[in-house]
Amino acid sequence: MNSSPPKGAKCEVSFTVNGEPKTVAAHPMERLLDVLRNDLGLTGTKEGCGEGECGSCSVLLDGLLANSCLVPVAQASGATIVTIEGISSPDLLDPLQEAFLECGGAQCGICTPGMILASMHLLENKAQPTLADIKEGLGGNLCRCTGYMQIFEAVAQAARRRAMK
Amino acid sequence: MTASHTIGTSVPRKEGRDKVTGAARYVDDLVLPGMLHGATVRSSVARGKITKVTFGPSVDWNEFVIVTAKDIPGTNCIALILDDQPCLVADTVNHPEEPILLLAHADRHKLRKAVEAVSIEYAPLPSVHSIEESERQSTVIWGQDNIFKRYLVEKGDLDAVWKEAAYIIEGEYFTGAQEQLYIENNGVIAAFDAEQGVTVWGSLQCPYYVHKALMALCGLPEEKVRVVQVETGGAFGGKEEYPSMIAGHAALLAIKSGKPVKIIYDRMEDMVATTKRHPSRTRHRTAVSKDGKILGGEIEFTIDGGAYATLSSVVLSRGTIHAGGSYFWPSVRIRTKAVATNTPPHGAFRGFGAPQSLFAMERHMDHIAQVVGLSPIEIRRRNFLKPAQTTTTEQAIRENIDLDGLLDRALELSDYAAKKKRFALDNINGPRKKGIGIAAFLHGAGFTGSGERYLNSLVGVEALGNGTLRVLVSSAEFGQGTNTVLCQIAAEALGLPYEMVAIAQPDTTIVPNSGPTVASRTAMVVGKLVQSAAKGIEQTLAKTQLLPDAYTPEQFRVACGKYMASHGPLKSYARYEAPGDVYWDDDKYRGEAYAAFAWAVYVAEVTVDLTTYSVTVDDFVALQEIGKILNPVLAVGQITGGVAQALGFALYEKVVWQDGRMINNQMTNYIMPTSEDLPPIRVFFEELGNVHGAHGAKGIGELPMDGPAPAILNAVEDAVGVHFHRIPLLPEDLFEALRHEPVEQAVSSPVRESV
Amino acid sequence: MRADPAEYQLVSPGSLQAALSVLASEPAEWLPIAGGTDVMVLYSAGKLPHRKLINILNIPELRQIEVLPDRIRIGAASNYTSLRCHKIVSREFPLLATAASWTGGIANQNRGTLGGNIANASPAADSLPALLVYDAELTLISVRGARQVPYRNFHTGYKKTALAADELIRDISVPRRFIGYVSHARKVGARNAQAISKVCLAALGQIADGTVRDVRLALGSVAPVPLRLHETEQLLAGKKLAPSWIAAAKRTVAAEIRPIDDIRSSAQYRSAVAGNLVAEFLEKLAAAGANA
Repeated sequence: MNSSPPKGAKCEVSFTVNGEPKTVAAHPMERLLDVLRNDLGLTGTKEGCGEGECGSCSVLLDGLLANSCLVPVAQASGATIVTIEGISSPDLLDPLQEAFLECGGAQCGICTPGMILASMHLLENKAQPTLADIKEGLGGNLCRCTGYMQIFEAVAQAARRRAMK
Repeated sequence: MTASHTIGTSVPRKEGRDKVTGAARYVDDLVLPGMLHGATVRSSVARGKITKVTFGPSVDWNEFVIVTAKDIPGTNCIALILDDQPCLVADTVNHPEEPILLLAHADRHKLRKAVEAVSIEYAPLPSVHSIEESERQSTVIWGQDNIFKRYLVEKGDLDAVWKEAAYIIEGEYFTGAQEQLYIENNGVIAAFDAEQGVTVWGSLQCPYYVHKALMALCGLPEEKVRVVQVETGGAFGGKEEYPSMIAGHAALLAIKSGKPVKIIYDRMEDMVATTKRHPSRTRHRTAVSKDGKILGGEIEFTIDGGAYATLSSVVLSRGTIHAGGSYFWPSVRIRTKAVATNTPPHGAFRGFGAPQSLFAMERHMDHIAQVVGLSPIEIRRRNFLKPAQTTTTEQAIRENIDLDGLLDRALELSDYAAKKKRFALDNINGPRKKGIGIAAFLHGAGFTGSGERYLNSLVGVEALGNGTLRVLVSSAEFGQGTNTVLCQIAAEALGLPYEMVAIAQPDTTIVPNSGPTVASRTAMVVGKLVQSAAKGIEQTLAKTQLLPDAYTPEQFRVACGKYMASHGPLKSYARYEAPGDVYWDDDKYRGEAYAAFAWAVYVAEVTVDLTTYSVTVDDFVALQEIGKILNPVLAVGQITGGVAQALGFALYEKVVWQDGRMINNQMTNYIMPTSEDLPPIRVFFEELGNVHGAHGAKGIGELPMDGPAPAILNAVEDAVGVHFHRIPLLPEDLFEALRHEPVEQAVSSPVRESV
Repeated sequence: MRADPAEYQLVSPGSLQAALSVLASEPAEWLPIAGGTDVMVLYSAGKLPHRKLINILNIPELRQIEVLPDRIRIGAASNYTSLRCHKIVSREFPLLATAASWTGGIANQNRGTLGGNIANASPAADSLPALLVYDAELTLISVRGARQVPYRNFHTGYKKTALAADELIRDISVPRRFIGYVSHARKVGARNAQAISKVCLAALGQIADGTVRDVRLALGSVAPVPLRLHETEQLLAGKKLAPSWIAAAKRTVAAEIRPIDDIRSSAQYRSAVAGNLVAEFLEKLAAAGANA
């Protein structure tokens, strides 16, 4: 294609979110974060900094952890997206969610969705992570409440439980 | 009552499921029909008179709601203590980013462009940007002398003591501003209609502070202001008093427009415009005996309050009372003041003055040790407060606290002696120098002196028809576990399972004023009232013969149902009663400052890398006596979280100022620790009980903020022999110090031998 | 969020040819965006001067990592995670793999691209010193054809590059002749993760009979561009690594670099640490020579 859409025009972007196909009309440079929250009502993904530093906006984009505040929605065209709302059913929590509850991994909860997705991404790639692996895996997710200790415990516990399944 | 025990167990967080599933709703997740977005036009100068306001031609201003100081229906101030802070600038700006006018529009992007299209001209006035400048008073920016508040604490006969001293040891210590950096920025939604009045939903710690402020600002009576706290993503004091400002702004826009208005700050605005920890300067001059005992001393403690008084007098108060640390001072003179500078007012942040004055005290103890020729351990042993001795404010220690024993245990847990030996050998070669340092300290929980009496907290517990309980408090959950612990206490009081107790969302139309969620008072003070109120339910049922002495939850449920069928609602209230034997003199600043002190000894092990001049904390032991552990997982979480923030305070979190404005107001440049920056934080507790707290609990939320910074700097001095007295200690500072003469000290006096 | 998305265009041609045509049609108007970890930060802060962006993340030719007998050719839109995971890159170009692991957290490594960081031309980018010591070569491409530019010539000034207004970086080649070199990478940031570097060293060396056969040193964040330390390398070539030479090297490093005071750090600190890091490497090299 050689012609560009006129300035200010929205376009249709389609992707899958939490297993469901979605199509939104959005400006191509809308942040994926804002489309998820405002257009799709998925407010579990949070904005903490708007500069890709805190990880509160983390989602899984084609299986890879990404800061949705840094993704123009047009680049998510055709992608498979998972947000915090998509990792558990109403009745059954994921082992990570249970572990966060048992170990105190969530205090104020604002970093928690991103933190859980980052943990999930880590465990998908390293089923039995060492403490160093966990620290690295979560290095892009800031938590101001916990001092991280109980988050590390939660991830380690979830890893053990997943291994038992 | 059955033996259902939840106290002391790690029951899951009441709102935990919502938090781990993303269902929890914070302010920015909420939308009201017809809602507008609100934004603030702020000052670009530190001090000056506004000469002109121009609304630029690129914007159709008819589309916008515009609010200036003239639109304020009530009083143009944020009611707090001195009421000197305007909600919107009338004519004189006193700090950068001061709010001048407000705009609202349905479209967030048009709104932001409109903010940029307002241009303001100023006739600048001379401004003041440091404690020293403020003290000089060559420019007076507040009151007659730039001083918001002073305190003087005197004990014993200080003047006699200088002659007896074998050593007179001086030191000067500085702490910088620190940003609370809650991951959820400040935000509110306000709505107004003539009948209901103003309603505000916000991310906040103190619904009734906001309620009081809105009454004054909007000129509305009590029943026409409603404040609701929604899920709050971290606070740490940063949402104690500041929300009154942002809520006031949203309310004014809502009143003018007749539409709901949401104001959410982005990170840059939140950092540049809202409160931070008060920077401080402490000067010690201590008379010490030949065998290392403190005979007396002078402590001068000054904090930078920013442009308006706000909470500075209270921060100063706590800093003053903690200035002497956990030591016995036979005599002391503590002179403190809070001064004005042209910067956004500094405010509450976990610790609230104590981290500042305790940093100085604990660095000074190591300094004293060095001068006297004793170890940091021994100097503390010789000076620790013992039961029956009095603090600097002459509060007698009435519990069996054994600080010596606490120190012993901390040293054992941290393997202190062996490490000290090993480090001395390892440090001979190589660029990595290891050190180990300690801090011993205390933290008073609850409001100071007569504060709790003044708060006059009221707590309610309601029983519902199905036998479940609902706790009614204005205490806000923001991660520290308030919801959980207060439900545990209520459940325990009646022997009911934890699952049978819920807690109402803090809504001023539903919950009584149990005081602000600050000062580490909630579990201790409010919890005790929850206990009483819950017991009141039981008593009411017992009086009507509906409940036997020993009952099961099922019997309780049946009793509630029967009671309510014939009597209607079943609510019980409990009001704070000051303990009879507690005495505090507000004029002399003397007496029982706090109902309870928690005590701690922390040990930090560090590596200083002389290649990069960076300090890494390799291991951290946090041992504290906290009365009673109500919920182990939550208690540990408070300590690890506080230690992490204090580590940031010590080594990473520098606010870079330029003419009173924070210029590193982005997360990429204001550095808080990540998961890869923290040592293992090993937490240990002791429990001595506390007659004034629920189940013997003492407040613990702020305690962990006080110790890590001095422990770390003591360890750095142990490693490289340089006496740093200012935090944050950045690698650049270490580099500067090491390339000049090794020992650098701002104020030192020659050691004076006794005759 | 301080930008209005309605004011921006983002096109996704999806093929290299189509993308180049867009760039040629209005040179300098269109800003290529790959992973967005630089562009989107500027955009959100309201500081992006461009209004037209062209998505190059979905162009397959730009995302391949090709292993050839004499070199590796890395597609410009390869993200840092793919570099870390690539067996040959991690084995033969450890400085690059290590720098990739330092570039932001995992989320930013999944999106950030090597070409994007090169084109953004921040002297603080972590992988750029590694490319200098590995003698990287860039293929720049436009409708006018392709040309090779040695990476050492690519940065012409602070945030200025040799990229023409209608050009894209197609790939980055690094020659496979550094197996057996002693390598050393050190990043000094304000914290251990998610930090912009204050000083960043990539170093390679070969030592035989205690004599320096080859030494390659590059630093980030000490000059307007990522800097190869030619003078220091010349000083050390053919020398035995005695403490006096290491000390001399430190002095030459300090003389070669032009660090500044900025919001993150000071010139003096950067200078001292740069010298320390180079000395640390030289000591490592000397020890390797002693053990050989």
